[in-house]
Amino acid sequence: MRNLVIGGVLVGLVVLAAVLSFFWTPFDPVRVDAAHRLLGFGGSNLFGTDKFGRDLLSQIMVGARTTLYVGVVAVGIAAVIGTPLGILAGMSPRWLGEFVMRVNDLVLAFPALLLAIMFGAVFGADTLTAMVAIGIATIPSFARIARSGTLQVMSTEFVLAARAGGRSRLTIAVRHVLPNISGLLIVQASVSFAIAVLAEAALSFLGFGTRPPTPSWGRMLQESQELLTVQPRLALVPGIAIAVAVLGFNLLGDGLRDRLDPRLAARV
Amino acid sequence: MTLSVTGLRVSSLVRDVSFEIGAGARVGLIGESGSGKSLTALAIMGLLPDELHASGSVRLNGHELLGSSEKDLSRRRGDELAMVFQEPMTALNPAMRVGRQVTEPGRIHGRRRSAEELLDAVGLPGTARAYPHQLSGGQRQRVVLAMALANEPSLLICDEPTTALDVTVQAQILSLIKTSLPAESALLFITHDLAVVASVCERVLVMLDGEIVEAGSTREVLTSPKHEYTRKLLDASDLEARR
Repeated sequence: MRNLVIGGVLVGLVVLAAVLSFFWTPFDPVRVDAAHRLLGFGGSNLFGTDKFGRDLLSQIMVGARTTLYVGVVAVGIAAVIGTPLGILAGMSPRWLGEFVMRVNDLVLAFPALLLAIMFGAVFGADTLTAMVAIGIATIPSFARIARSGTLQVMSTEFVLAARAGGRSRLTIAVRHVLPNISGLLIVQASVSFAIAVLAEAALSFLGFGTRPPTPSWGRMLQESQELLTVQPRLALVPGIAIAVAVLGFNLLGDGLRDRLDPRLAARV
Repeated sequence: MTLSVTGLRVSSLVRDVSFEIGAGARVGLIGESGSGKSLTALAIMGLLPDELHASGSVRLNGHELLGSSEKDLSRRRGDELAMVFQEPMTALNPAMRVGRQVTEPGRIHGRRRSAEELLDAVGLPGTARAYPHQLSGGQRQRVVLAMALANEPSLLICDEPTTALDVTVQAQILSLIKTSLPAESALLFITHDLAVVASVCERVLVMLDGEIVEAGSTREVLTSPKHEYTRKLLDASDLEARR
């Protein structure tokens, strides 16, 4: 229960910042102001300004949109395609399951960032292309988790009982397998979310992610490195923002799992 | 005949098993672990593991079940034939409320009865919103039984339904099976407990190493066994002591 609340508050904070940024930010996040470069904490700019004089708080708020966008697109694609694939592989005859998993291994062997760079070269570099690529590269981890969970559930007596009761394969997949592996999937989703945010940062740095001047936490972090020793604040602010989002989603995932599993829900 | 099994063979684990169960008959299938009792039951249900293959003939109300399509089988399972499993702890989906699980066979086969009605019938009023982990083993087995009986099957197979329960709960479940099974339904009761057979079944089949070695009325088989193995089984049990 505590995980759920803390996770909810942290994620809520990120969502709130993103929603609020559509209507109001303290300053224009992309306005260059040479007179107010590298201001510290406090003062007129709460989190200070970067080397171009852009307000950090405003950038963080607008960057929250990118972060959420990235998480939803990448994890969404991976979960929506990977989960049914894994369940299918776990429920079908051995040869078909093995075939799906070998194709899966093929995708898994391909580095996610390389795939994103290829996609960027072919379809043009922007956040969506990058995240579709990261999403596709994350499908195998969902398929793997879903399959192993499915194999476990399929060997239980209640699935045999469900079949003895005349349930179709689809009913068994949706009503008996999915609820019993949802805990695994939620944890996988929160881990994948963190990886997607970090991948977005890396891709932005390479020029295949969010294009400047659209603020992104990842790029803010990358831009801060040249001034890391003199202005650690520039790395701290987006770093803490990423940490808050990742921690928030992880706690939320844990909390949801405990909540959704009736055996664990009784204890919390 | 409700169920007639002729020359059933499952790989080499079950060989040439033939028997018939008429409407309303209660038949016991006894034998030690590994004798092929459960495989016989799974073969009738069409639920054998992929690597095992059944041959011969299994006819339920005149329909051949062996070799039927999965679709045809799943239409009959839970409706014409139902099964109760040995382990009530794992026979229920832990993530689904009991009420929903009990009504599922009815929903699938288009006969809607409320969860309360079905659970009342097995002596569990007011548990529809509980999850399986909140119930005791005996209560869970009642839920499993309620699911199996929901559509008044013409054949009910019980695969050691009381083995995992303690003696007092065993007695409750047995009397529940006896009272709640519709009079015209056939029962195939698998067990290795002779006392249970004596209390539930009119006829009994004795299985050894995949073959039926003796068949007859319960009284006959238990009082004057013909086969060497049945005599050993009787000697090994404490049936006399309990009488």
